[in-house]
Amino acid sequence: MEALGLLLHGFAVLLTWKTLALMMVGLVLGVFVGVLPGLGGPNGVAILLPLTFSMDPTSAIVMLSCIYWGALFGGAITSILFNIPGEAWSVATTFDGYPMAQQGKAAEALTAAFTSSFIGSLVAVLLITFLAPWISSFALKFGPPEFFAVYLLTFCSFVGLGREDKHKTVVAMSLGLLLAGVGMDTVSGQLRMTFGSTDLLRGINFLVAVIGLFGISEILLTMEERLALRGHAASISLRTVLAVWKDLPKYWMTLLRSSVIGCWLGITPGGAIAASFMGYNLAKRFSKDPDSFGKGRIEGVFAPETAAHASGTAALLPMLALGIPGSGTAAILLGGLMVWGLNPGPLLFVEHKDFVWGLIASMYLGNVVGLVLVLSTVPIFASILRVPFAAVAPMIVVSCAIGAYAIQNAMFDVWLMLGFGVVGYVFKKIKIPLAPFTLALVLGSRAEDAFRQSMIISGGNMKVFWANGLVGTITTLAILLLFWPLIDRLVASFGKSVPPAAKAEA
Amino acid sequence: MSNAELEIDVDDPTAPEEDSPAVTNSRTVDVAVSLLLLALAAVLAWDNWRTGASWDSTGPEPGYFPFYLSVILGGASLYGIGAAFLSNKEAVETFVTRAQLRRVMAVFLPTLLFCVAMQVLGIYVASFLLIVGFMRIVGKIALWKSLLTAFLFSAVMFVTFDLVFDVIMPKGPLEAAFGY
Repeated sequence: MEALGLLLHGFAVLLTWKTLALMMVGLVLGVFVGVLPGLGGPNGVAILLPLTFSMDPTSAIVMLSCIYWGALFGGAITSILFNIPGEAWSVATTFDGYPMAQQGKAAEALTAAFTSSFIGSLVAVLLITFLAPWISSFALKFGPPEFFAVYLLTFCSFVGLGREDKHKTVVAMSLGLLLAGVGMDTVSGQLRMTFGSTDLLRGINFLVAVIGLFGISEILLTMEERLALRGHAASISLRTVLAVWKDLPKYWMTLLRSSVIGCWLGITPGGAIAASFMGYNLAKRFSKDPDSFGKGRIEGVFAPETAAHASGTAALLPMLALGIPGSGTAAILLGGLMVWGLNPGPLLFVEHKDFVWGLIASMYLGNVVGLVLVLSTVPIFASILRVPFAAVAPMIVVSCAIGAYAIQNAMFDVWLMLGFGVVGYVFKKIKIPLAPFTLALVLGSRAEDAFRQSMIISGGNMKVFWANGLVGTITTLAILLLFWPLIDRLVASFGKSVPPAAKAEA
Repeated sequence: MSNAELEIDVDDPTAPEEDSPAVTNSRTVDVAVSLLLLALAAVLAWDNWRTGASWDSTGPEPGYFPFYLSVILGGASLYGIGAAFLSNKEAVETFVTRAQLRRVMAVFLPTLLFCVAMQVLGIYVASFLLIVGFMRIVGKIALWKSLLTAFLFSAVMFVTFDLVFDVIMPKGPLEAAFGY
């Protein structure tokens, strides 16, 4: 009940004309970047972050999170009308969404996508509302070893559960952690990895890296491809919306299942991509007519969209409660919080109640407003695709440069951004994942601080990470996740080697 | 499917040719990147060793944590070199074709020039030049449209950042002439 009271307080903080206007601006910008090919949630948030630098933290995070919701909604438009998934998590939406559009049911498919996005996000926001205060009060009992164990768990789960080659995830993560350590050592004040450069004294700002890695590299990649589009136009009538909503109860199990999968994979670093595919596959597996999937079945739109959006939203839970982002976008938002002098983690709920509950309230309101906005403006946003990319690309480059410069008023950062743009382009092409790289850049100094403090407490004894049940469990779980592929293979080969008779006896 | 349904039809006049020859394959780039990362790991390990990568009376020295990360980075890069050599898929996968590289350079080089111009002319004039040049040369868009878009965008950015939000941006002689 306390959460409800605080949430109402959050709505009171939020319901000002200025914040509502920023919310609308954020949503429109978000849908815009979601629709544009090549851009999407993390890129949009990274590129538009500088717009928020001089705002107060609550307005800034409301606008940024609305950019994020908008981008999530916008991705569905291109997936369904053009068969172009704006983001990897929209791939599963194209399986049935595009066939529906081909059958002249684009409006139904879009309504289904937007509605299920809304439902997925709503379930995740409810989870955040009721779980975040509990997790953060629990996390207040954490000491440095517990925090390091949680960071370790995050890193290990990326390696163990990620779809990419393991060594490439390790490369991305160790490189990110190393770059986070460039500059002045926070404990001793000594300089590290600066090689005499005065510009590197400040360290490598992770937002500069993110703008280059996501913004510039995406422009390079998008320009590389053919940008011809051929797709369906759609406008959504109230009658279509009501017809789809009337059928919603029929799909309650799919929506619930996908929401649970999404929330789980959002809190753990499984991510929205895995969530959307898992949601789709499970909907197909439990369906009475699995063969109809892929041929324009509305359930095939509900399932991945609900799961992806539940996951994208739930990823904000560990960010707010523990200071550990569950996705690339959450990592960028976390960087934003740091720019505004806020320290994400358990203390945020104690020290900055207005901010936290204003943000949570904005998740509710942003999703409702976003749903109405996209349902009523689909044709306008779909026509954005008519703007030639040659006009959009230089504007994005300029926005990235403004962002990189504005963070520390340093020209060096603009060059650094360009360098990271090239790195991002090459990494994406040879499949070195950027999400763990970003995560490591954001969490690097915190993880190192927690590690060093733990070592100082224990006098250098690694046993500190098994000193009590809590830290021991987290550390052991981290190690298990790191070697998960190996364990999985061993279990599978053991299962195969057991003779069928023995299995039957068991 | 009737043609009336296909209301949105955008073509790309400067699209890369489909049959353009490959400049290089993914394996070569993967090996080159792994070698570069290995070299970076060695340099960083050396620097951290120099800074102090062991323990003193107060705990781990400043280079301790990054030193071991450099070792991990070096190890993973070495593994990457081996894996890339063994990967048949990467050997046949095109990293970039000549036509694609031309398109990438058509964005990268103007961006590079934009960064240089930003230092000399300030961000707004540089932005104007980048947008006009890019729209006109790469996009083959009409001059008046390019000029108008560039002017409006640069003006909006100036008003937003310099006037409304007080974010100080690099300026050049033009802004100085107007007293900014």
